[in-house]
Amino acid sequence: MSGADNVVWLGTPAFPEAARTALADTRLRANLRRATGTIRDKRLAATAELEDWEELREKAAAVKRHTLRHLDHHLLRLEKAVTAAGGVVHWAADAAEANRIVTALVQQTGEDEVVKVKSMATQEIGLNEALADAGIRAYETDLAELIVQLGGDRPSHILVPAIHRGRSEIREIFRREMGEWGSPAPEALTDDPRDLAEAARLHLREKFLRAKVAVSGANFAAADTGTVVVVESEGNGRMCLTLPQTLITVMGIEKVLPSFSDLDVFLQLLPRSSTGERMNPYTSLWTGVTEGDGPQNFHLILLDNGRTATLADEVGRQALSCIRCSACLNVCPVYERTGGHAYGSVYPGPIGAVLTPQLVGVENAASLPFASTLCGACYDACPVKINIPEVLVHLRAEAVEAKRRDRLLPTAEALTMKAAGAVLSSPRRLAAAQRLAALGGRLVGRGGRIGALPGPFARWSGTRDTPAPPQESLRAWWRRTRTRRREDSRTTAGREG
Amino acid sequence: MNSREIVLSAVRGALSGVPGTERPDDLPPPDGRRADHAGEDVVALFAERAAEYRATVVRVPASDAAAAVRRALARTGARSLVVPSGLDDDLVPDGPWSLLADVPPLTVGQLDAADAVLTTIAAAIAVTGTVALDHGPGQGRRALTLLPDQHICLVRADQIAPDVPEALHRLDPSRPLTLISGPSATSDIELERVEGVHGPRTLDLIVLEGA
Repeated sequence: MSGADNVVWLGTPAFPEAARTALADTRLRANLRRATGTIRDKRLAATAELEDWEELREKAAAVKRHTLRHLDHHLLRLEKAVTAAGGVVHWAADAAEANRIVTALVQQTGEDEVVKVKSMATQEIGLNEALADAGIRAYETDLAELIVQLGGDRPSHILVPAIHRGRSEIREIFRREMGEWGSPAPEALTDDPRDLAEAARLHLREKFLRAKVAVSGANFAAADTGTVVVVESEGNGRMCLTLPQTLITVMGIEKVLPSFSDLDVFLQLLPRSSTGERMNPYTSLWTGVTEGDGPQNFHLILLDNGRTATLADEVGRQALSCIRCSACLNVCPVYERTGGHAYGSVYPGPIGAVLTPQLVGVENAASLPFASTLCGACYDACPVKINIPEVLVHLRAEAVEAKRRDRLLPTAEALTMKAAGAVLSSPRRLAAAQRLAALGGRLVGRGGRIGALPGPFARWSGTRDTPAPPQESLRAWWRRTRTRRREDSRTTAGREG
Repeated sequence: MNSREIVLSAVRGALSGVPGTERPDDLPPPDGRRADHAGEDVVALFAERAAEYRATVVRVPASDAAAAVRRALARTGARSLVVPSGLDDDLVPDGPWSLLADVPPLTVGQLDAADAVLTTIAAAIAVTGTVALDHGPGQGRRALTLLPDQHICLVRADQIAPDVPEALHRLDPSRPLTLISGPSATSDIELERVEGVHGPRTLDLIVLEGA
């Protein structure tokens, strides 16, 4: 159940090609190196403070895994609790349906603009574009989302969508675009982050004050109480969740937690994993509607959009435990060099490499499971212990299988693997191959390494050096020396006897 | 089938491998409180951690509350103070500022024009330097603590819980809740933390000790 949306950006190149372009962008690499380096150090300091950090991770992983195994039960409990507290629950099988529901809800209010809290779910379904088609303007209010929106750009990070932009680029975007969207940037705007944040404050203030409808995502929702949680830093979330009369929250079905008490663990894990802080500046929790305080109309849209397909895969299912902290992006050596756009999806980085192919079908994002070195840093950093390398390997097998299904003739890779299978299963064939390899290695190797090769080997050898095969294989060495040793020992024994 | 049934049946189909003997409530909510992250002196820890997030923290005897509020207002030169319903009159100092009661409810324009707001809290968290509001009497509806640029919070020492789990257990989930850790901030530009975006840029925490 997934439709045309932003999970994968149609028309963008596959990862290897996009990565090559990104790697050539030295400014992008400098921006990414600085940002990910800063956040890595902060995260380590924040997590080291809690001596039971590993236990908290274990607990959170256990809650998420168990909740997913009984997801229908908890979704029904959540629906009941939210309804009892005065909210209205909607269900959306795919992006198009979620967009239709939100559009209709906004139209019912008679408004033609909405303010938005940063939300991956609404990015995923392409809500802003859908609203624009219906003549409704959506204003992003998170600073990084604002930078992306004003720059006519795409997000490149889960937490900090404008991580690929440096301060001077941001100043240019603000100067150029703010006037088009509302109050213009101050004349004397510098590229000091303080000044830039102040410019965003002034630009968005009037929008907050006049907004009648807000759209948000959700970090968590407790099924027992119907409480929805949004974790943020700037106060734009509080503005959207508090000032308008109507609040529409779009939430992936996997975000439900069995109980309010589960937040004990998750509110310790999320801020430390995402921004490396003990606690983010603002966390808003609300349960339905409160008379005389905040929006008097609350709609919660429960979104599938490929999640149930992911849930059906017993290995891949764990990707739905993700709490969108983005720690895996910040520690990933591949992400640090290519940035988020190369992944061609709203979900970049290691989690994107396992989530995106599952949400849209592996055949529609076949290069992503390979966008990793399998170093495992993401697994170590993940606060809910998603074994990303395990899922990557699992999806690689599926990608190869999908490719095989689609072709009449086997791929070069499949033929190579088949040949390798034949060689490795026979000691005689292996020995012959090793003798050949030793000879070939001596011919093409330089200083013990084989570099780029022509023809059918180009795709493999173009991106990696291979050690030249040794002159003699272990088996050949063993046979040669063991035979001699046995003869030696026989001689000795003969002498003693 | 409507979408609700479509999604629910897709979920059930995906979970057909889960044995029927396994129950949703087999796993009780985990106890997040195993380790003591706070130590003995939770009040000192709260003051230290909140100050690290650039909140202005003072510790005063409970009887000096109004005087401490007066100093906080004088420091920023505030000219108007929003006073939520249910706040004890003794806590509100006289001075060169007008007092704005939320009866009838202030408009967003009035709140935006106000300089400061004074509230109590529902609970606090020492380890993270956080205050939690449940927007009951003395705390006001949520907009009151959002639009004025200075938020002055009165924190009774006995309201400070050592850590996140203890604080959450003291809160009523049926009420709207706001957890506040320092003034508003962003890390969106080069992941460098900058204080002061949309929420109040000045957060004063006045810790009241002794009854």
